[in-house]
Amino acid sequence: MNTTTTISGWGSYPKQEAQVLTPPSCTALQSQAQTQPSLIVRGMGRSYGDSANASVVVQTTYCDHFIAFDASTGLLTAEAGIMLRDILQVIVAKGWFLPVTPGTSYVTLGGAIASDVHGKNHHVAGTFGQHVVSITMQLGTSEVVTTSPIQLPDLFHATCGGMGLTGVILSATIQLIPIQSAFITQKTIKADCIEAACEAFEANSTSTYSVAWIDCLAKGKELGRSVLMVGEHAESGGMNLTIKDPIAIPIHTPAALLNSMTMKAFNTAYCAKAKDNKIQTVPLMPYFYPLDAIGGWNKLYGKAGFVQYQFVLPKTDGVTNMRTILTQIAESGQGSFLAVLKQFGAANDNLLSFPIEGYTLALDFKMTPSTIPLLHKLDDMVADMGGRGYLAKDAVMREVSFKMTYPNWKQFESVRQKYGAIGKFASAQSKRLGLA
Amino acid sequence: MTKVLVIGATSAIAEHCARIWAARGDALYLVARNGERLQTIAADLKVRGSAQVNTYCVDLNDIDSHAALLDAADAAMGGIDTVLIAHGTLSNQKACEQSVDETLTEIKTNALSAISLLTLIANRFEAKRAGTIAVISSVAGDRGRASNYVYGSSKAMVTAFTSGLQQRLHKSNVSVVTIKPGFVDTPMTAEHKKGLLWAKPAAVAAKIVKAIDTKKSEVYAPAFWWAVMAVIKAIPSKIFKNVNL
Repeated sequence: MNTTTTISGWGSYPKQEAQVLTPPSCTALQSQAQTQPSLIVRGMGRSYGDSANASVVVQTTYCDHFIAFDASTGLLTAEAGIMLRDILQVIVAKGWFLPVTPGTSYVTLGGAIASDVHGKNHHVAGTFGQHVVSITMQLGTSEVVTTSPIQLPDLFHATCGGMGLTGVILSATIQLIPIQSAFITQKTIKADCIEAACEAFEANSTSTYSVAWIDCLAKGKELGRSVLMVGEHAESGGMNLTIKDPIAIPIHTPAALLNSMTMKAFNTAYCAKAKDNKIQTVPLMPYFYPLDAIGGWNKLYGKAGFVQYQFVLPKTDGVTNMRTILTQIAESGQGSFLAVLKQFGAANDNLLSFPIEGYTLALDFKMTPSTIPLLHKLDDMVADMGGRGYLAKDAVMREVSFKMTYPNWKQFESVRQKYGAIGKFASAQSKRLGLA
Repeated sequence: MTKVLVIGATSAIAEHCARIWAARGDALYLVARNGERLQTIAADLKVRGSAQVNTYCVDLNDIDSHAALLDAADAAMGGIDTVLIAHGTLSNQKACEQSVDETLTEIKTNALSAISLLTLIANRFEAKRAGTIAVISSVAGDRGRASNYVYGSSKAMVTAFTSGLQQRLHKSNVSVVTIKPGFVDTPMTAEHKKGLLWAKPAAVAAKIVKAIDTKKSEVYAPAFWWAVMAVIKAIPSKIFKNVNL
């Protein structure tokens, strides 16, 4: 049957009519991918924009099996559709943790690889792809291959961060990290302005995890006022991982609600809880995935949806440039009240991977008629400063910005050409960005 | 550690039940038709914590094979504590209307094969005066409707049969749990448009495992289906004839 469904990314913008195929097994995924002339694979649909939108999408819902886990070495192999949440449920009790994790546990292994996601430990651990030992994937030619940093390395570096455009990731092996506790020891540091925040990141660069909440309403001297949270895996507290079901947000609500919620969250963190240098022990789940506690928080932005804008600026002049951009956002009066700031470590060899050494900021923009021109303007400013936007969150970037800020795109296309991916794997995003 | 026999182990609902049992460290014996998928699921359940996973590949419409499969499960696990009967097909109602063979095959798959297994398991459990038998029936068995009465009547037979078994085995300390899922978003229902009434297999599985743990006699999953079916059953036939369901 060829019935279509309206799909969108996590930001609910843009929407698209699509034929959604949900193969019941990995074998069926392979044959459906073989049959379709053009498709994009979709996991949990947690990328914000249109990177998993296409007129034919193939869901990995039922390709969610563990294949092997060696609790003595921390090597884990699983099918691409497994959620990080499910992986955690198994590995933490055995003394292992994900080497890199994004801010939600509701992403699939395949999605984490395709977006080459980063986490609060980017400055010391790099991206998710840097911990992938090997990937088994089906090419556009229907051939199934295994790729790793030493086996078909060109394919590997195009696939990690390749937004699903190089083939169908069937399964992958990752190297986990050992932990002694299901808790994190967190230290909170207040910073009165953007300069102080960046200095605090620098001063805490040996901390395993670091991230800051930044108040986008603050202006002038207080611009960039933030709360920095650094963390280390605790050494005691037990290995008991508590995974709670989220509170459901069943319907789209007026956007004002989210703003009051985020405001409250920040105020709580900044004014009440955030005593400078306060040290506390927090469980892994709320530490890494605070928003997972609210299922469907994206619906709080209303039906029109939102765009999450995340960009990175190179370290050189990074602080000054960040101040310029924050000023622009504050003047627009459109951004969310709250943003997330993080210092990135060095870039990697993956062709379309987002992070470069410097500072990254992520914030939400409710979708209105003036949002797109604003984001294009920000794209231009960021590009002039030598930075770029994150494809896993992007919904509006223009081809010209993409090709200027991701100079490896030509090499990416030649790898796709070599492995038969051109035309076969395409998303609304890849078309918008001018990829073949 | 409980020793669980899962019949129809590649069904999405059964697989999610097995994942819960695996996380508890239970021993699992998986029975299904598709050997390749059984192997995938077995490897997965081992990683999820199952103490022991064995598989058995069989077409359950081969009724004569049932005794052998029960013997094999018993031998492999050193006894059976719980059985989940979850196999079935969602009948193509229109095709059944045009074909006696198709109709009887569907009834064989969804009712007769389950009845055969239930008969054998009931006698074994009755003899050892212990065990739990859970059977996935369906809300569709509560009242035949034009859109799926072949499937529905098969499930009605399963429901009536388990109701009788419940009474018979109660005095032998054997519990029989009849499970009536509503619309569940699984590969079996891939062709159906999903709406508000649809549940995820993981949620239905959690409900089933809880019903088995607490030895409930009958459970609608999700629970609101009890009310929906109460209304559907209460409609007088005279009116029901004119309703499009």
